[in-house]
Amino acid sequence: MSAPERSVAATVGALDVERLRRDFPALAQEVRGRPLVYLDNAATAHKPRAVLEAVQHYYAREYSNVHRGVHWLSERATEAYEGAREKVRAFLNAPDRREIVFVRGTTEAINLVAASWGGANLRPGDEVLVTEMEHHSNIVPWQLVCERTGAVLRVAPIDDDGNLLVEEFERLCGERTRIVAVTQLSNALGTINPVRRLVEIAHAHGALALVDGAQAAPHMPVDVQALGCDFYAFSGHKLYGPTGIGVLWARRELLEAMPPYQGGGEMIRQVTFEGSTWAPPPAKFEAGTPHIVGAIGLGAAIDYVRGVGLEAIARHERELLAYADEALAEVPGLRLIGRARERAGLVSFVFDDIHPHDVGTILDHEGVAVRAGHHCAMPVMQRYGVPATARASFALYNTREDIDALVAALHRVRSMFGR
Amino acid sequence: MSDLRDLYQEVIFDHNRNPRNFGRLEGATHRAEGFNPLCGDQLTLYLKVGEDGRIEDVAFEGKGCAISTASASLLTESVRGRTLEEAERLFRGFHAMIMDEPAGEPVELGKLEVLAGVKEFPARVKCATLAWHTLHAAIEGQEQVSTE
Repeated sequence: MSAPERSVAATVGALDVERLRRDFPALAQEVRGRPLVYLDNAATAHKPRAVLEAVQHYYAREYSNVHRGVHWLSERATEAYEGAREKVRAFLNAPDRREIVFVRGTTEAINLVAASWGGANLRPGDEVLVTEMEHHSNIVPWQLVCERTGAVLRVAPIDDDGNLLVEEFERLCGERTRIVAVTQLSNALGTINPVRRLVEIAHAHGALALVDGAQAAPHMPVDVQALGCDFYAFSGHKLYGPTGIGVLWARRELLEAMPPYQGGGEMIRQVTFEGSTWAPPPAKFEAGTPHIVGAIGLGAAIDYVRGVGLEAIARHERELLAYADEALAEVPGLRLIGRARERAGLVSFVFDDIHPHDVGTILDHEGVAVRAGHHCAMPVMQRYGVPATARASFALYNTREDIDALVAALHRVRSMFGR
Repeated sequence: MSDLRDLYQEVIFDHNRNPRNFGRLEGATHRAEGFNPLCGDQLTLYLKVGEDGRIEDVAFEGKGCAISTASASLLTESVRGRTLEEAERLFRGFHAMIMDEPAGEPVELGKLEVLAGVKEFPARVKCATLAWHTLHAAIEGQEQVSTE
């Protein structure tokens, strides 16, 4: 079955996508006898050869533990690891590389802030403000610390299109609000939040602002100084880097004041049985041997995306999104969940009364990989009264042909279900 | 390559479109709620067990994919009139079929065999077994069960 003709012109942005695709070995494979059409990038992105080679090279040639040995390999590894920290600093336009803490991912970064900052600063009756579109990883850590401290979690609502109701957010941000924690880009709806404005509102009420950048970091240039936020978290694996590595950026005076999250090697200054003192940040928050090669791989991924250019990636994906919106509008029975004014990176949809899991299985048999489920955002599903959605999410290597393949596969779903 | 038609047989579409014994059951003696956190599927299973220990009536309600709805619908047809022990034996036999494991005892699965294709689709096993885990929970007297 072929996709309907499109009126949109065939040129896409300034990216040479065909050339870039050759950098990603995973994309060249067939699944179930068909060329892979990978549209599950919001879950995780594939890795360019530069990342794979960096990981291979450092394990094979320059691997040792960091910040410990006086030997040559340890010096090489430490240099590469700290070099990756500098790359992350530049990527976020952070003022100081000592503000970059390597963690396992966005989830751990938010847990670190909730447990360490929240545990030390939240008092009974204090409030934490999140939005209705948050991922579980920006809800549950706050629920845990609220339970521990007696603080209260408040939730700013969204409208039917998936826009945050900023005036409601402002109304809910009060004198008891100590921190607001918001996603920059919703993984379930694709909504881009007006983060700068939300940070201003938080600060005007004396609250801190944490930004969940898990989805945003791969899709748009990020500048933590321009955003004005206090904490920024993102994951390596969605940014074409390895799994198990992510970043917490926080303003230095906050990191200085925050108690350690985990204890162990590396994070101490001095240890006696009577008591211990802590190393300065970021070491204070990096107990134990870190994911050295993960960080180096993330550094390689950052080099890669900066080489391609985040502006160009964002432009390319905007065009893909516009093309997908138009193509999906022609599929009978398909309803987009999330039609916010500002969107990026993904389309989330339901399809007649066909369950997203059935959609996902049939698409998979056409070689099209999408996510079907609640996207770790059950409150969003509850908000729209659906158990789950299907989600197609884009990366720099996706093409209009990928979206055509998605649409053709959706027609196959319809015909199988006799619609 | 596993064929999609092995999974989505006509019988399954039929039970998905027109689930049998769908709705709340008044006067149920056993009831349990099953939940699949992976996909958000949720169903409630009701049993009415008579004094002779046989399942006089059975019904389910909830939301799920074609596989889980058809599986629940087929379950209700299969266990009606059986003793709880017989229903549990069906559960074990069905589970063994879906997991592609040897059944410890001979079990006549009858039309439940239309779901045999699920074993080729590991991501969908929990869809097919949700209703059966819920049945098991209802018989055991648990009120809630999750597939995780």
